[in-house]
Amino acid sequence: MTETSLTPDALVMAAPAEEAPVRAAAKPRAAMLGHVLYVLRENPVTGLAFAMFAFFVGSALFGVWLVPYDPLATDATATLQPPSAQHWFGTDNLGRDVFSRVIVATRLDLMISVAAVAMSFVIGSVLGAVAGYRGGLIDVATSRVLDTIMAFPLFVLAMGIVAALGNTVANIIYATAIINIPFYARLVRAEVNIRRDAGFTLAAKLAGNSDARVLAFHIFPNALPPMMVQVSLNLGWAILNAAGLSFIGLGVRPPTPEWGIMVAEGANYIVSGEWWLALFPGLWLMLAVFTFNLMGDGLRDIVDPRQRT
Amino acid sequence: MGARGRATLVRVLQAIPVIFGVIVISFILTRALPGDPAVQFAGAMATDESIQQVRETLGLDKPLPQQFVLYLSQLAQGDLGQSLSTGRPVLTDLASRLPASLELTLVALLLSCLVSVPLGVLAATRPGSWVDQLCRLLVTAGVSLPTFFTGVVLIYIFYYLLGIAPSPLGRLDFVYLDPPRVTGFFLIDSALAGDGETWFAALRQLILPACTLALFTLAPIARMTRAAMLSALSADYIRTARAAGLTRGKILYGYAFRNALLPVVTTLGMVFSFVLGANVLVEKVFAWPGIGSYAVEALVASDYAAVQGFVLSMALLFVLLNLVIDLAYSVIDPRFGTAAK
Repeated sequence: MTETSLTPDALVMAAPAEEAPVRAAAKPRAAMLGHVLYVLRENPVTGLAFAMFAFFVGSALFGVWLVPYDPLATDATATLQPPSAQHWFGTDNLGRDVFSRVIVATRLDLMISVAAVAMSFVIGSVLGAVAGYRGGLIDVATSRVLDTIMAFPLFVLAMGIVAALGNTVANIIYATAIINIPFYARLVRAEVNIRRDAGFTLAAKLAGNSDARVLAFHIFPNALPPMMVQVSLNLGWAILNAAGLSFIGLGVRPPTPEWGIMVAEGANYIVSGEWWLALFPGLWLMLAVFTFNLMGDGLRDIVDPRQRT
Repeated sequence: MGARGRATLVRVLQAIPVIFGVIVISFILTRALPGDPAVQFAGAMATDESIQQVRETLGLDKPLPQQFVLYLSQLAQGDLGQSLSTGRPVLTDLASRLPASLELTLVALLLSCLVSVPLGVLAATRPGSWVDQLCRLLVTAGVSLPTFFTGVVLIYIFYYLLGIAPSPLGRLDFVYLDPPRVTGFFLIDSALAGDGETWFAALRQLILPACTLALFTLAPIARMTRAAMLSALSADYIRTARAAGLTRGKILYGYAFRNALLPVVTTLGMVFSFVLGANVLVEKVFAWPGIGSYAVEALVASDYAAVQGFVLSMALLFVLLNLVIDLAYSVIDPRFGTAAK
């Protein structure tokens, strides 16, 4: 019954199945570290990605105190100044310092995407794990609902959700989380499904563990490595999605600094040649997404060398 | 009816529950509005009577299942409600703006397929060469580029700096008249009217937004082409074909490419999902009068019927596109329908 209920996508994801369940734990820690170092040496770009990630996290945590100007302070005497020593990224139409705004925006953008991805991770894991472990009617029902979400163009669905729930930052997070749930749920479902009758599962059950315990502590940890890769790739996508929503005027409201809305405001000045208004927030957005994508690829090399393309 | 026909029919029938699910979700979205949906749908200028009228049209005074039946019957008649901002039925608005969006999307997809498929094939046949590196760079950069940002940068370079692109405002410069409407595609309509000047002007307006969208879709298609070609080229039948002494062109295009095409066509479904979303952003950047910018205007004006009509029609369009892709798959793959069911 398990084979017939698998969707084609689940089959693709379930393909590599025969690894030992607790391989990572059995391997000495030093060997794992050696492997990480090897991957970093082989592909220095991954190291760069981790460094950039540290930079973005740093700007998100401490940026507010480090920037030279107040991101909301206007200055009528210095409007639309090109980049200079005083204003590294120039100033906008109200004389606000673009550099300070770009750095301060990091916190909001990262917060939106991390919160959204965390929510979809948790909800998707629970749904997928239960569906994959129980099978039967629950599995079919969950898969159908998730398929229906995937039947929408995802950004359009996010627009619809934000429009329906109301135009706030919290709803941007919910919308981004909802459209990402199917990816996690499908992944976990496939990983759980191929292990539900594995030897170590049966042994754990025989030893008197409850179903919930077997699922949470024996089966689910095996799904974590591919999940980590998915999280990293998804974070980039979630930032793009949130920035896109605020670009069209949803969620974040001016004058709050946020990359998407800053590009939207700067786009009005691009035709008259004031390029720095839109370029720098856009560049930061791009770099953040780029970092997460590279990190995802790097993580994939570390946790699962077979999937490398 | 052969196995093939039956498999095709099954695939068409499979779309029905999906469409039903899509309608259920969009029904939930229209009823999930905070507060009283009738007040929201009636808009800011509403009087008590107009709110009451909306309540009756939507059936909000009835229990939910009955509301859903009413919603279904309205949909069946093509009634998506009235747009507050334009005062016209939402369906009429969408239909009049759809060709602009389709023209943009199709040209962009064509452009990106023309670049990405050869690029992926070249990268797969010469692994490690500069083409491969270029492909890798494009793939990684392409997925990281926010569409709206690419659009803004292209406008800056080609309109402001180089001055070779027309001003990024809509489908046609204001000095030209719209070509007589036949299909709604300006390129086709002006060609039908034999108006070369308008055709060229429409093309000039189209190039930048189409390139922006194409850059965005390049990455997944090139990535998939490269991966599919690599796995096809390492298959046993390619080794056999080489051993049999077939020419390089025959092996590459007759054997490897035809097999590699299948996963690429499947990827197109995912690409469409991205494109329909990215379309909204690109239309906003270039003031393109398609359904995406219609939805953005409606969102800003809290015009709920218009937004939900847009979401529903995009979802239906996407389901339809996926169906077409799967049917195309059945044409390309001679094994379709013959596999053990």
